[in-house]
Amino acid sequence: MTRADTPGAAADTLTGGPRPGRVRRPGVPLPLMLPALVGLAFLLLPLVALLARAPWRTLPDQLTSTAVWQALQLSLVSATAATAVSLVLGVPLAWLLARTEFPGRGLVRALVTLPLVLPPVVGGVALLLALGRNGIVGQWLDAWFGITLPFTTAGAVVAEAFVAMPFLVISVEGTLRAADPRYEEAATTLGASRFTAFRRVTLPLIAPGVAAGSVLAWARALGEFGATITFAGNFPGRTQTMPLAVYLALQNDPAAAIALSLVLLAVSIAVLAGLRDRWMTTS
Amino acid sequence: MTHTRQTAPGSTPTGVGGEGLDARLVVQRGSFRLDVALTVAPGEVVALLGPNGAGKTTALRALAGLVPVSGGGVCLDGAALDRTPPESRPVGVVFQDYLLFPHLTALDNVAFGPRCHGASKAKAREIAAGWLDRMGLADHAGAKPRRLSGGQAQRVALARALATRPRLLLLDEPLAALDARTRLEVRAELRRHLAEFEAVAVLVTHDPLDAMVLADRLVVVESGRVVQEGTPSEIARRPRTDYIAQLVGLNLYRGTAGGHTVRLEAGPAITTTEELSGPVFVAFPPGAVTLFRDRPSGASARNLWRCEVAGLETHGDQIRADLTGELSLAADLTAVAAAELGLQPGATVWATVKATQTHAYPA
Repeated sequence: MTRADTPGAAADTLTGGPRPGRVRRPGVPLPLMLPALVGLAFLLLPLVALLARAPWRTLPDQLTSTAVWQALQLSLVSATAATAVSLVLGVPLAWLLARTEFPGRGLVRALVTLPLVLPPVVGGVALLLALGRNGIVGQWLDAWFGITLPFTTAGAVVAEAFVAMPFLVISVEGTLRAADPRYEEAATTLGASRFTAFRRVTLPLIAPGVAAGSVLAWARALGEFGATITFAGNFPGRTQTMPLAVYLALQNDPAAAIALSLVLLAVSIAVLAGLRDRWMTTS
Repeated sequence: MTHTRQTAPGSTPTGVGGEGLDARLVVQRGSFRLDVALTVAPGEVVALLGPNGAGKTTALRALAGLVPVSGGGVCLDGAALDRTPPESRPVGVVFQDYLLFPHLTALDNVAFGPRCHGASKAKAREIAAGWLDRMGLADHAGAKPRRLSGGQAQRVALARALATRPRLLLLDEPLAALDARTRLEVRAELRRHLAEFEAVAVLVTHDPLDAMVLADRLVVVESGRVVQEGTPSEIARRPRTDYIAQLVGLNLYRGTAGGHTVRLEAGPAITTTEELSGPVFVAFPPGAVTLFRDRPSGASARNLWRCEVAGLETHGDQIRADLTGELSLAADLTAVAAAELGLQPGATVWATVKATQTHAYPA
């Protein structure tokens, strides 16, 4: 993939890569320059503040405390599980949207992207009504299988997957649309069923897109707050993920909140660095 | 969708008797309609030749089952394939840009087919290695497609298509992706492999040279219909449409013969050596045309036309003049002759062709 200059350079600066030459071009009009600089400061200032006020000396202790570890572990496990759910369900969904024609496909596609713009809290409420103990599906899960999702780790995974899966679907669908469908035809003429063609030809070809989508979905799941706290609650060790722990800690132990935030910031930067070639420069 | 076999009696050439391919392909797509009948004997190589957009590739895809047919039917070795999905047809396809799977090595590309047909991984690789060996590519078995040259990729694609032992081999513009020099080499090699292939081979091309070198028989398709078929030499000697005449480099006219004279629809007459009557074609090569600046005095008025130069272009080591006027024709002459005649667009010239250089045949 070729890298467009400006976004690539921006990513480089963020991640400490080579910097673009600092040639000040004459004639940047003040009415543009001033708001631009204020905007940049506005975006960077909170991050600077986070770093400035970080309790660097007590940080090792903070990060090794049981509560932090518990939250971090839970976050990593549930975000990874949510990503796995998204992969298993989302990749076939993306294939369906990209490769088949069916009535109402546009509508389905719009509905799939809805969780992207839906306030996560609303998602949590909706999940409760669907999968809660008295929800339209949840009551049967409870009655037939004894499965209760709300306020369990599985519930946290469900909430995160609900919010994160659209990222994966959209990413994979875009990659599928860009991939040449004639490879599937070639596989078919060699005797491969449509599923075999998908598994042995299409999937390896779109692997980079699937990977990028997974990382995005994983990052989104890791930061999920609204849907999780609504649907899964806030139980340490069970449903209290990092964002929830940060929110709670801020009220009685701000230093711990900052430490937890730093961890999430580090993860975010790592994700951005990992994706800069694929994601930052595609537009 | 139901397909009924509706090959009109007498619409297909005879002499196949169950073996080989017997197909009539009807594909309707918007206002474009493809309706082509195709009969190919085992061991025969047939080229579908035609301009871009004629429907050749659509015909090939219909044979492979990649495009649904709206009528007709495909019969291969006596079995109807109409309801057979593409993955179950005994068909191998070499695609125009080969479509080698970029994430697999040459060996695994070739092994893909046998593997899908139920061979174990080891067995499939063994088969694939055998094919690569036959193609002289044993050294490149481990290479990914992007590291192969155009000619090598073409051979891998052929090996991949042949590794499933198809009864029908389809090649879509097999040489189009190659540069001129590789093309010459690969064409000769492909000719050899096709000659060894014992089942039916159908290739699609817009290049007359490819078609004539590779195929035993040509089927010329224009606007979705077969306009002429025959051996390469028949087609080259007796073109029946302007498109083919241009491909084989002949001036072609249609008219009505009476004795040695063919009166063209547009007006002038051409004198020929053949004695025919009724609707005929007359053809002569551009090289047979002689040009004069002034009306030649001693010459008879037969096959002499007053023309105007519409355009000039180099054609090999010759100059090709496009002439309009009493008769529209192309004439080849040497650069020296062109200079001596002072040829330039708009100039008036007299063109003449000897009757012995023309060729007339029934339309």
